[in-house]
Amino acid sequence: MMARQSLFERLRHDKRAAIAATVLMGLALAVFPFVIGSSLGNSWLRIIDFAMLYIMLALGLNIVVGFAGLLDMGYIAFYAVGAYLYALLASPHFGLHLPVWLIIPAGAALAGLFGALLGAPTLRLRGDYLAIVTLGFGEIVRIFMNNLNAPINITNGPQGISGIDPIHLGGITLAKPLTFLGYAIPSLHAYYYLFLALALLIVFVTIRLENSRIGRAWVAIREDEIAAKACGINTRNIKLLAFTMGASFGGVAGGLFAGFQGFVSPESFNLMESVMVLCMVVLGGMGNIPGVILGGILLTILPEVFRHGAGPLQIAVFGKILLDPEALRMLLFGLALVVVMLYRPAGLWPSTTRRREFRGESATDVLKEGE
Amino acid sequence: MIGAMVALTVIKLLAASGLPVFVIILVALAAAAAVCMAVGYTIERIAYRPLRRAPKLAPLITAIGVSIILQNLAMLIWGRNYHAFPPILPTSQHEIFGATITSLQVAIVLIAALMMTGLIILIHRTRLGRAMRATSENPPIAQLMGVNINQIISFTFIIGSALAAVAGLMVSANYSIAHYYMGFMLGLKAFTAAVLGGIGNIAGAVLGGILLGLIESLGAGYIGDLTGGFLGSHYQDIFAFFVLICVLIFRPSGLVGEKVSERA
Amino acid sequence: MNAVLLEARAIAKHFGGVKALTDVSLTIRQGEIYGLIGPNGAGKTTFFNVLTGLYHPDGGDLLFAGEKLEASAPHKVAKRGIARTFQNIRLFGNMTAMENVMVGRHARTHAGVLGAVMHDRRTTAEEAAIRRRAEELLHYVNIADRADDLARHLSYGDQRRLEIARALATDPKLLALDEPAAGMNGTETAGLRELIEGIRRDGITVLLIEHDVKLVMGLCDRVAVLDYGQKICEDVPAVVQKDPKVIEAYLGGSVA
Repeated sequence: MMARQSLFERLRHDKRAAIAATVLMGLALAVFPFVIGSSLGNSWLRIIDFAMLYIMLALGLNIVVGFAGLLDMGYIAFYAVGAYLYALLASPHFGLHLPVWLIIPAGAALAGLFGALLGAPTLRLRGDYLAIVTLGFGEIVRIFMNNLNAPINITNGPQGISGIDPIHLGGITLAKPLTFLGYAIPSLHAYYYLFLALALLIVFVTIRLENSRIGRAWVAIREDEIAAKACGINTRNIKLLAFTMGASFGGVAGGLFAGFQGFVSPESFNLMESVMVLCMVVLGGMGNIPGVILGGILLTILPEVFRHGAGPLQIAVFGKILLDPEALRMLLFGLALVVVMLYRPAGLWPSTTRRREFRGESATDVLKEGE
Repeated sequence: MIGAMVALTVIKLLAASGLPVFVIILVALAAAAAVCMAVGYTIERIAYRPLRRAPKLAPLITAIGVSIILQNLAMLIWGRNYHAFPPILPTSQHEIFGATITSLQVAIVLIAALMMTGLIILIHRTRLGRAMRATSENPPIAQLMGVNINQIISFTFIIGSALAAVAGLMVSANYSIAHYYMGFMLGLKAFTAAVLGGIGNIAGAVLGGILLGLIESLGAGYIGDLTGGFLGSHYQDIFAFFVLICVLIFRPSGLVGEKVSERA
Repeated sequence: MNAVLLEARAIAKHFGGVKALTDVSLTIRQGEIYGLIGPNGAGKTTFFNVLTGLYHPDGGDLLFAGEKLEASAPHKVAKRGIARTFQNIRLFGNMTAMENVMVGRHARTHAGVLGAVMHDRRTTAEEAAIRRRAEELLHYVNIADRADDLARHLSYGDQRRLEIARALATDPKLLALDEPAAGMNGTETAGLRELIEGIRRDGITVLLIEHDVKLVMGLCDRVAVLDYGQKICEDVPAVVQKDPKVIEAYLGGSVA
């Protein structure tokens, strides 16, 4: 930990080292899909692509939960809004095939609007009350998607919408291998680059926001709402802004998901997904951008590792499958959540302030308890 | 869920033994409550107590982790299938005010009322209850006053688990079915009811529970008529959540929750 | 005699049946240090909360700098030029001292989401100005060396100072301090006194709630005394000290 910290410090001060590190990182990220694709196969590359989507989601939720301290348990609704908008505007369902560069921003805007709609009535609520209302909101959105197939068929109900256009820009579609400078780039790789680019964009926006007047206002509200008001912060607007920004990130990720998957159904947006994204944020390190990214990656990959590992491992050890691998996978996953939180209650990679907070807290508690 | 499954297992084991139904049910209930209490206590010790001073979302994540673990453990033990509740209970039907109810349902209402009364007495009339309320109000101060807050919190988990066990048995008896996944929606509804009424208030929880149940059933029944057939009965969950949101907009701390005033 | 900065007219506030404030009227003039004292529970903090928009008064109104102060929202009050501190220090504990003061600049700055993300020239300049001003203020209250420490890790006296710096960051015309000397030792109180006098010299009017009668009498130009939610006296310290009603309130009550 210390070594990594000092490395960061060095990069901050040494411009050349920083540039070198950025170039190295960029190269690593660029080569990454080819390494994964050839060593672990395409199914893992798909998982990596999904990890990118989850990173975007986790970063969006982090604005609401991590920065502004508002517990949102229905976040996946915004992902759903983005996904369904894409599905409706670019699929045979309505016969519409609008271009991506129009749909994705529209998805972000619509999800942002939903975020404000959720935020407005919940401004006075906190803690458990806020959690349950946002949870209800998420369920309401899902139930509507499940049932808006009658009397007018809008969402096609539980069957979902299929045959969604793949993401395409101008004449280039990401569904088929691209040729670039004579090299063929497979579809999954192309999606990887697109998602990576957008994820980086979202990281950039989040960092800029965090270190601005607005980011400070969010954290101030999290820390003490009354004092924030006394400092002249219009807490209502700033909270609504947090909901809107967070939701719009979700909308972007949702649109990408629909184009990538080619199929959306209400099942993809259930409560468990909201909980999953929340876990990414908290487990990674609430309010700390690298931590949240780490959480997003780990919680996407871990269940898959368990899924791929649970069956074969049992066969290797016992010679046959004793336990249902699906149950075992979730069992291990739940266990991982508990263990991580027990040993790192502030998350795997908390921001320096949070880490210090936690140390400070335990120190004073020791004093308090001193018997 | 665990309560229901344990009770079910015990009932199935004893059903052939020829013991009177009443005894079987009691034994099942006792077993279910005992197992749930033990599980509740263990969870509190392992997953919550070490986090009492952690950032406030950490316990939420462990709670989610624990529920995933329990659910999947149950699935490993009892399998994925639905379990039918053995038809050992007498199901005589009565007609009251034009509605048909079974004796089982009467029993459920009575037991629920009994448990709630017991709980109210426990919380408001006993030394233990006072300690509980003090702990919820301000743990460090309660501790200074000589309350062993660890013990108290463990105890609340035990009581809560026992109540859940009884409720689980009643639910599965009523619907004559039990399933490893049945606890999830119930837990959610329970939380909703508690919030609707106002957290930390038994009367509120009772009121919230009754209201939520009524709203759901009535909503499911009449929502089609109300909206001119636009929304069908599958919107019943929406109805419940919608009411919840409306209530909380106007009363941010629940129907009978104390007003938490902002103090400067 | 200076112009009137704040005029409270017949402010009333009750909680249920308890009358916390009854017909409290007072006038604070530009540039003075005005003390508000009274026994525990006399309604001093309630008055503060009404003044800063946390409570809605049940009667009366407030005139600030000649205009009616719509007691609606605390952030608007802050923007109008009334800043406050809290009796039981309310800092943003997990932000650094520097960041705390920077938050105080919120009402006087404008950058929106777009500016924050694009870093256009205006936003960059504004951000630099915020930082500069915050540094100045930390120097001003003498805790510049703690700028990068978390607020919660500062000593009690430094936390009080930081709260004052944060309030000053909003460019107030009136600074309302709620028991700033509570829990301070003699040296810290003397330092605080110097700080408050400095603030007044810089042209900011100060409203001071305080228990430390010695501090109030030595520091304030005029003093009002509240007892059971009513103003029983308002005058220069020398007169207030001799007022029989005040002596009665302080000595006759159970909370001397």
